[in-house]
Amino acid sequence: MNRDLTQTVARIAGVNPRACMRCGKCTGACPAYDEMEYHPHQFVSMVETGRIDELLRSKGIYTCLSCFACIERCPRQVEPARLIEAVRVLAERKQGADHLRPQDIPARLDPDMPQQAITSALRKYRR
Amino acid sequence: MQRIGVFVCWCGTNIAATVDVQAVSDALAKEPGVVLSANYQYMCSQTGQDLIETAIREHALTGVVICSCSPRMHEQTFRKTVARAGLNPYLLEIANIREQCSWIHKDRAQATEKAIILGRAAIAKVQLNTPLQAGQSPVTKRALVIGGGIAGIQTALDIAEAGFAVDIVEKQPTIGGKMTQLDKTFPTLDCAACILTPKMVDCAQNEKIRIFSYSEVEAVSGFVGSFRVTIRKKARYVREDVCTGCGLCTEKCPQKKVPNAFNLGLDTRRAIYIPFAQAVPKVAVIDADYCSMLKNGKCGVCAKVCAAGAIDYTQKDELVECEYGAIVAATGYNPIDLSGYDEFAYSRSPDVVSSLEFERLMNAAGPTGGTLLRPSDKTHPKTIVFVQCVGSRCSAEGKGKTYCSKICCMYTAKHAMLCREKYPDTDVYVFYIDVRTPGKNFDEFYRRAVEEYGVHYIKGMVGKVSPEGGKLKVQASDLLDGRQLHIDADMVVLAAAIEPDKSARPLATMLTASMDTNDFFTEAHPKLRPVESPTAGVFLSGCCQGPKDIPETVAQASAAASKVIGLLSKDSIVCNPCVAQPDELMCNGCSSCEKVCPYGAITYLDKEFRGPNRTTLLRRVAQVNPAVCQGCGACTVACPSGAMDLKGFSNRQIMAEVDAICR
Repeated sequence: MNRDLTQTVARIAGVNPRACMRCGKCTGACPAYDEMEYHPHQFVSMVETGRIDELLRSKGIYTCLSCFACIERCPRQVEPARLIEAVRVLAERKQGADHLRPQDIPARLDPDMPQQAITSALRKYRR
Repeated sequence: MQRIGVFVCWCGTNIAATVDVQAVSDALAKEPGVVLSANYQYMCSQTGQDLIETAIREHALTGVVICSCSPRMHEQTFRKTVARAGLNPYLLEIANIREQCSWIHKDRAQATEKAIILGRAAIAKVQLNTPLQAGQSPVTKRALVIGGGIAGIQTALDIAEAGFAVDIVEKQPTIGGKMTQLDKTFPTLDCAACILTPKMVDCAQNEKIRIFSYSEVEAVSGFVGSFRVTIRKKARYVREDVCTGCGLCTEKCPQKKVPNAFNLGLDTRRAIYIPFAQAVPKVAVIDADYCSMLKNGKCGVCAKVCAAGAIDYTQKDELVECEYGAIVAATGYNPIDLSGYDEFAYSRSPDVVSSLEFERLMNAAGPTGGTLLRPSDKTHPKTIVFVQCVGSRCSAEGKGKTYCSKICCMYTAKHAMLCREKYPDTDVYVFYIDVRTPGKNFDEFYRRAVEEYGVHYIKGMVGKVSPEGGKLKVQASDLLDGRQLHIDADMVVLAAAIEPDKSARPLATMLTASMDTNDFFTEAHPKLRPVESPTAGVFLSGCCQGPKDIPETVAQASAAASKVIGLLSKDSIVCNPCVAQPDELMCNGCSSCEKVCPYGAITYLDKEFRGPNRTTLLRRVAQVNPAVCQGCGACTVACPSGAMDLKGFSNRQIMAEVDAICR
């Protein structure tokens, strides 16, 4: 349970997952249902209960077509596709932190790469 | 010089545990004008009241301050006490040291200090109190019921039963309302018409009841006890007193292509029609939008065939004015317009119907004679999908209603059950968010639909309906099984949210009755006065106050009737003397007060005043009708020249209280 992440996702999405009344109209409307690991109503519930890390690890967030059928149909203005997009944004923002540790850098260095580029990248991603 | 008595109540330990009552009465004894200050365990008890009465007589008190509970609780009690001792009851002030002091504070010293300040303010106010006399106004012994559905019918019958005259105004050509369109009623499945039509006939035969059918309320003036109402009797082009209801004209009329509103447009009727066989009054009416005689003066078939000679193409709307002591709003509901719900293909396929349309398709008197047939190709549907909560329980920003429509769970269970009973080879699916069945024998009814009739109840919602090759492709979620369902349905039935009738809002304006954001009438108190409007003399019956099923509507209708009977059984009513009073010399005629008055109590009058040098000035000044004014004080705040004052709560009195608190 990660309340901070829930709040971050809700803030990025600009919607309130607590307004969900579990009607399932989003999942009823979703055209990519069979492809998705988590279905729209589950996304809302997982964001609300703070299971964001599971969502971040899931490939499912990239199978959402962003067709916005769920946004159109949601009677409570929870709009699952916005939450899914917010989790994707969160994942993108985490990319640098997850993939590059300072101690791994020397082995990857290309001798032709300008020193300044490496320094600026480190500064940008704060290690 | 004022002679004021102060009485501090302990209220057992309610006040005394947090407030030092002795200290309060000692401190208040020193206030100017106070000649007596006492405290007692229960001021409202017989002994406590005797104490006050004796004190008023012995000390010749000119004003009384009681420090006790909220005036809402015991102001009436103590006013009577004071009056018994021969003092004007409006020379009493109550300082609320329980709800506004002892109950909300913990610190004894601080609470005691606050109680003293509240007492001081009341003393400062009572110094300026003047004796007020409550006026009387007469009661017209006739009630008006607006709306002739089951709510209005029940209210009218109950009022008439008590011996009072009552008029029903119904905008449709017949009374009966929505219930006439229903097939069966839950949870007992008795036929709606069988239980309703006898009541309709009772209304028509009761000599205390007058029915204004095909009529609307045009204007309302007056106040509780004497409302003056203008009723517009719309031209039906058929003389009501002559027509025998034989129906020959409705068979001979050549204009056959008129959508039948009674069957929600699922079939057609003629331009002259009787809504249905058991209509009350059973009188034909001409639909002026379709009648060729009225439109271009050619035809006249109905006049030729009418043996009674009832047809009158020259008939005009007629205005009737009547006086009433009480008015009951029973304007009812309508299902919402479903054209905004494209995902369910309501506008694209005739086989997607609303529940009320489905009701007509199942009804023996309906367009299919009670055989369930698809509107598109008149075949038996084999798979029927019911969708709940269409337009109900939506967020405020969305297109639907925020409230639960309350009746849909039960009527959908009824529809599903009836389908399975009549046509056991049909597959019936009900998609629900929650099944809400709080009512006597309601949950048992729903369980019967599931257990005995094998209706498939699925927790989830339909996301999409697309008409394809004569079928309706339904895509929905099944949340409990965690799967998406694809059903090839023959019919889809939408449980549309219900909303107040569109006539309710203009009516509320005419009645100066308050409404909520959804256009439901607001009650005077949500728990303790559920059938009264905050506007005196206006009562609420049925769905105009909130979504209701038939048993609840009938119960509320009878409750409203009993309130009306209570009012009409009085010859006159006592008015609240704490009403607004304008100072005509200060009034500048700006109408600010008239605009803010929620009760319509203020009117303007051109009045002659003496001007300088023996001249006469004509000035426009505000007048308050004390019988209508509820003493809310909105006008006193709005008046830019300070001309408006509230008796018993004058600006001077309020300022004196503020000064006493700030001292």
